[in-house]
Amino acid sequence: MLQETAFTNVEAEKKTVTGADLLIEALKKEKVEVIFGYPGGAVLPIYDKIYDCDILHVLPRHEQGGIHAAEGYARISGKAGVVIATSGPGATNIVTGLADAMMDSLPLVVFTGQVATGVIGTDAFQEADILGITTPITKYNCQVRNIEDIPRIIKEAFHIATTGRPGPVLIDFPKDIAAGLVEQPTEAEIDLPGYQPTIEPNYLQIRKLTEAVSGAKKPVILAGAGILFSKGSELLLEYAEQQNIPVVHTLLGLGGFPADHPLFMGLGGMHGCYTANMALSECDLLINIGARFDDRLTGNLKHFAPKATVAHIDIDPAEIGKNVPTAIPVVGDAKVALNMLVKQNGKPPENSEWIETLNEWRKENPYWYEDSNSPLKPQRVTEMLYEKTNGEGIVVTDVGQHQMWAAQYYPFKNPDRWVTSGGLGTMGFGLPAAIGAQIADPSATVVAILGDAGFQMSTQELAVIRELNLPIKIAIFNNRSLGMVRQWQQIFYEERYSHSKIPSQPSFVKLADAYGIKAYEITSESEAEKVLAEVMNDNEPVLLDFRVAENENVYPMIAPGKGSHEMVGVKKK
Amino acid sequence: MKRIITLTVLNRPGVLNRITNLFSKRNYNIESISVGETEQEGVSRITCVVNVDNDRIIEQITKQLNKQIDVLKVADISEQAVVARELALIKVQSTPQNRNEIYSLIEPFRASVIDVGKDSLIIQITGESDKIEAFIELIKPYGIKELARTGTTAFPRSSQRSTQKTNYSIV
Repeated sequence: MLQETAFTNVEAEKKTVTGADLLIEALKKEKVEVIFGYPGGAVLPIYDKIYDCDILHVLPRHEQGGIHAAEGYARISGKAGVVIATSGPGATNIVTGLADAMMDSLPLVVFTGQVATGVIGTDAFQEADILGITTPITKYNCQVRNIEDIPRIIKEAFHIATTGRPGPVLIDFPKDIAAGLVEQPTEAEIDLPGYQPTIEPNYLQIRKLTEAVSGAKKPVILAGAGILFSKGSELLLEYAEQQNIPVVHTLLGLGGFPADHPLFMGLGGMHGCYTANMALSECDLLINIGARFDDRLTGNLKHFAPKATVAHIDIDPAEIGKNVPTAIPVVGDAKVALNMLVKQNGKPPENSEWIETLNEWRKENPYWYEDSNSPLKPQRVTEMLYEKTNGEGIVVTDVGQHQMWAAQYYPFKNPDRWVTSGGLGTMGFGLPAAIGAQIADPSATVVAILGDAGFQMSTQELAVIRELNLPIKIAIFNNRSLGMVRQWQQIFYEERYSHSKIPSQPSFVKLADAYGIKAYEITSESEAEKVLAEVMNDNEPVLLDFRVAENENVYPMIAPGKGSHEMVGVKKK
Repeated sequence: MKRIITLTVLNRPGVLNRITNLFSKRNYNIESISVGETEQEGVSRITCVVNVDNDRIIEQITKQLNKQIDVLKVADISEQAVVARELALIKVQSTPQNRNEIYSLIEPFRASVIDVGKDSLIIQITGESDKIEAFIELIKPYGIKELARTGTTAFPRSSQRSTQKTNYSIV
């Protein structure tokens, strides 16, 4: 009887709301700070509610820019990036960003408009089967069929996107669902019986790993972005120091371990340093923590870590054993696993000889380039950007040579300062991602290192930078070519530079000027010194068009099909 | 080698698409797939037969399937004692002269004739895929006009012989 009364009271308080109201309400419940969205026909009911909503809304100038900005935001903040796009072309324009986020495990919650339920399947105006299109490139996607389900679906979406191995979730919102009225539903509960990521690793596997470490002579830790997602950097440092194990980073893991630490052996992979790749090649115990043995890291799998017992800590069981046979699989969160390992306090390995060898390699084979005042060397520019930001800036890159130089010559001291498109290698990613990164951390100095070609894939986002007055330092490494493509054509295609040189370019300075952004063309090192000293501490956006040497190559390099010990372009000091 | 994977999934829109998409995305080859409701409301059972080169691939397939949000359970039951059944409908040419001959073939296979036309018969046969294949080979000379197969659906047997080794992954 009592229950019944309580029930009636709740009923009486119920008010009528629209689907769009429920959407906004759910976003507020998730403490969303920013929406990267672009309006259009199918999302008009949602945008009518955004009009009165106090969540910051950023209007990119292209939906793809919006989703890359959300990725940059997610990478720096660790929270889900929220995107809204309209149906049809709006939705298809975010496809690249979804694939990018899926590859790099970035948490996104993406809302697409859809034509009204009654006309789905009739090839209606601006209709696209976005669920069909995005199924392989989302962690999960679904369409809202009942207005009452909205609170639950959105709660589930944020849960799925941010837990386990993070990833993008897409929710398709038919227009009539957003506009339709319903009685205020009660509190939503997550109902995902098929989704229970393993957080805590199996104790026996941790024991096994501890024993393997104690018995190893040449152990190495390969740390990936899983360290960053799990906020496990401090524990990684503690564990590496406790066991005296050298650390190699993947491209996306950079910053997880302090680069100035004596145990840090550098970046591994195609353009990684000699020491890191030789460490991977020569080790007898390889402890992979939160990396997925990507081909750009391993090189030819036949020659990868041939002498090593492989241990792999990953929250995604499907990554373990996918590319590299694994003797000690540890399924779980990197931070939790590291905590367990630290507590084991196992006997550290007897590896002083190994550390000595590594230190020798490091001393003898550093990154190298031939410096010159003019033409300006891109490697030198990266070093200058490092100096001017005290190594504490957020570095966002596009894809190509400049990305590799940034990874090589900007040794990160801290975690979550590095935003780059790794797995998918998306040109046009850098500029919008920098917008998201700056919004996530307004007080940070954000340096967007871009190539001239990638910059031109999302130039339009300069408008957003101006509009929000984001003090991003846009550093274009302008070599008037698709540098990495040109490098490969030089090395593997007999210098037949097929469409990799860009003979005609706009004046980037004038272009920036048109957007109201201060800009400089810089052709020499001395000029660069002068300009950087002037602008780096400005609270204003600035575009720096560095005219760098056109035929500079990224070295060292592991050619495709080669093993990680077969680097070319290694120079002895 | 042939492997049988069974999945129980939440019967939500798009779930079958997600499963089949995964096979094509990862370049796995499905030999057959059959789907239907289970005793539990809102839960469907999918039986896939896949052809793979080695154990590592089958491990990847089951892990990737397990990762799907709407998938409740994945099992590779190939190593277990199973009951596996498939149904085929075969429309075969027949004249009154050879009808008896065909009937005599049907009997040992426990197939049945479910429709008789002027110049054709429709035969229904259930059993393991091998048996159905053997029957199809046998009936081929008479002229198969149409053939439809459901794909295998399977259960592990209630009692497993203790000598049977089970293959499982610790991850």
